[in-house]
Amino acid sequence: MSTSLTEETQVTDAAVSTRLSSLDTLESEAIHIIREVVAEFEKPALLFSGGKDSVVMLHLATKAFWPGKVPFPVLHVDTGHNFPEVIDFRDRTVERLGLKLVVGSVQEFIDRGELAERADGTRNPLQTVPLLDAIQQNKFDAVFGGGRRDEDKARAKERILSLRDEFGQWDPRNQRPELWNLYNGRHTVGQHVRAFPISNWTELDIWRYIERENIELPGLYYAHEREVFARDGMWRAVGEVSQPREGEQVITKTVRYRTVGDMSCTGAVESNAYTVSDVVVEVAASTLTERGATRADDRISEAAMEDRKKDGYF
Amino acid sequence: MTTEAVLPADLETALPTTLFRFATAGSVDDGKSTLVGRLLHDSKAILADQLDAVARTSADRGFGGEKGGIDLALLTDGLRAEREQGITIDVAYRYFATDQRSFILADCPGHVQYTKNTVTGASTADAVVVLIDARKGVLEQTRRHLSVLQLLRVAHVIVAVNKIDLVDFSESVFRDIEADVQQVGRELGLGSDGISDLLVIPVSALDGDNVVERSERTPWYTGPALLEVLETLPAADELESHLESFRFPVQLVIRPQGALAPDAVAAGLDVEAYRDYRAYAGQITEGSVKVGDQVSVLTPGQSPRTTTVVGIDFAGASLEEAAAPQSVAIRLADEFDVARGDTIAAAGTVREASADLYAALCWLSPKPLREGQKVLVKHGTRTVQAMVRSVSGKLDLATFKLEGASNLELNDIGHAQLRLAAPLPLENYLHHRRTGAFLVIDPLDGNTLAAGLVKDHPGDHEDERYSI
Repeated sequence: MSTSLTEETQVTDAAVSTRLSSLDTLESEAIHIIREVVAEFEKPALLFSGGKDSVVMLHLATKAFWPGKVPFPVLHVDTGHNFPEVIDFRDRTVERLGLKLVVGSVQEFIDRGELAERADGTRNPLQTVPLLDAIQQNKFDAVFGGGRRDEDKARAKERILSLRDEFGQWDPRNQRPELWNLYNGRHTVGQHVRAFPISNWTELDIWRYIERENIELPGLYYAHEREVFARDGMWRAVGEVSQPREGEQVITKTVRYRTVGDMSCTGAVESNAYTVSDVVVEVAASTLTERGATRADDRISEAAMEDRKKDGYF
Repeated sequence: MTTEAVLPADLETALPTTLFRFATAGSVDDGKSTLVGRLLHDSKAILADQLDAVARTSADRGFGGEKGGIDLALLTDGLRAEREQGITIDVAYRYFATDQRSFILADCPGHVQYTKNTVTGASTADAVVVLIDARKGVLEQTRRHLSVLQLLRVAHVIVAVNKIDLVDFSESVFRDIEADVQQVGRELGLGSDGISDLLVIPVSALDGDNVVERSERTPWYTGPALLEVLETLPAADELESHLESFRFPVQLVIRPQGALAPDAVAAGLDVEAYRDYRAYAGQITEGSVKVGDQVSVLTPGQSPRTTTVVGIDFAGASLEEAAAPQSVAIRLADEFDVARGDTIAAAGTVREASADLYAALCWLSPKPLREGQKVLVKHGTRTVQAMVRSVSGKLDLATFKLEGASNLELNDIGHAQLRLAAPLPLENYLHHRRTGAFLVIDPLDGNTLAAGLVKDHPGDHEDERYSI
């Protein structure tokens, strides 16, 4: 890295290639979108859970505004069932980048009686209310999310800048056409916009980028030993909020997480991928989608994600 | 250019994978969703859990009769209403990769609002695949699709003559359709304008002939399969970055004034050297730029100011040069007042900014356009108020003729003149896919009303091909 502006001769060797790699093209597109949103909105925020997609989003934001600070706060909706090591990673990252962290707490809503625990114990769908509340309380007019179109069929129809009405709802049948690289983020009072700069990235792109950029992730994305039990065809971690039922046997396995969400609905996969390059190889060879492999909440119905998104989910 | 697909000679280049964006367009029932499903399936982009879900639904619906089989169209219809109604409502984006390339596929529905969807998908596409049913040949809707693609200046148009199995793999049927496509191409200037090319491939999406692998059942067709073509065609930016002059709409000014990123400081950034840092952030829309280049800063209402590029920065790296579509931050020798909405361009390559805008408008809203209407125009990184002075006609997409019209309705493409509240550095879309494009926005609800393509002023030397 060149740290002196006076030495203009210190340039990188890389001549301009007329063929940018696909990762460079995706990175350029994402940075363009992040800058557009910062330029056109009053008060953006970035959803940051410590999960790999949001970590990549934050990394892109640091690149977009270098050498300046990332000019917006990060927002986390804490289900109260998060993996402790992910919360620890979140706090360290926020500290390292000098960011403001806003937390919306599912637990507080439950304690106040404004949300009811679901019969299945899953808290992912409960995040919508605290999310919309945090957006309203903080007057965020744009919220960056790490959603990708390859994750789910409903997400495949999502715009890069996606309008939400006063109730936070998504109307998939009435979306603005998105043309060229001209993004229309106009909205009226009460509405806000969700921005998805990494819409066009796949899970493999994310991992190749993490490898290339040497981005730190919470350790549970890599193979480790953990006490687990089998439920719904997934390995579930034993934890405070995730206890085996009668007949579910606890065993120790070498596992990793492909997605990191609520402990109550996120499953681990058996894996020997100890490093990022192991993970790239594993993801490239995987025969299951990341949500299909690890998310109980997306197995409820073919339109589970669509229904959640219509109500204002990420 | 010939209409039978021919591959470039030097396609063996072992470089990192590149990105290629393409769209599919077709009429009702020509098997477009099946083709997309086939491409995804045969390129192994469909994983076991997705395939299981599709197989279950196919069986529930009795797809394929007693033989079984899976309805590949189910892979692409993402919304509940689409699955329930068995139709595709909105553009869906799909992703798959081969060793050579990563693909972004915009799957554009054909029957409802085809203009809106085709324009949307084609605006970012390096190539568009248009489907024709081999039993039906070139239909009016094919002419409409090709017309829109020519207007949007899509670099590569590929016509897939589908269901070739249903005409017994007949060469004569294919050749007749190919000749018809060629004829339409000639009428439009598609494939012969030096900008676009037009390829025709016989395929069976249902059985996979000439989709991923060349088929033995069409021995008379010696060209490549569809996927081979998509893997080797140059992306639009590759074609253009050397031909076009540098254009860089400024998104924002990076001026930390001491508020440097703590992680960069921790990594050894010289705080003193960056105290007065000032750079202009943006994405290069056209051409390329080198350190030392003379550039003009275009600010609406001011004469262009010329200066020199002294630095091209990207997240701590100093680049010697950069090209479209890279996002960078540019430093200039002179401390001009440069702000969002200004454009930095290669010196001496830009016409005077103009407040009179002549354009083709693809009308995308159910609210019709009327003369005298006030709208917003978003061009590059600037949004200005505008008034619609006149509508001079509406394009008949089937005959490619301009008809008289005084308003435009959903899915119409017409010509209009607008008066802008501030001059913009407008350029003819024919030669400038990015700086010649703009959005028309409704000031009341903020919705996008139209996709705009800048035309030359009447009286300026206008390209004949663009006068449709």
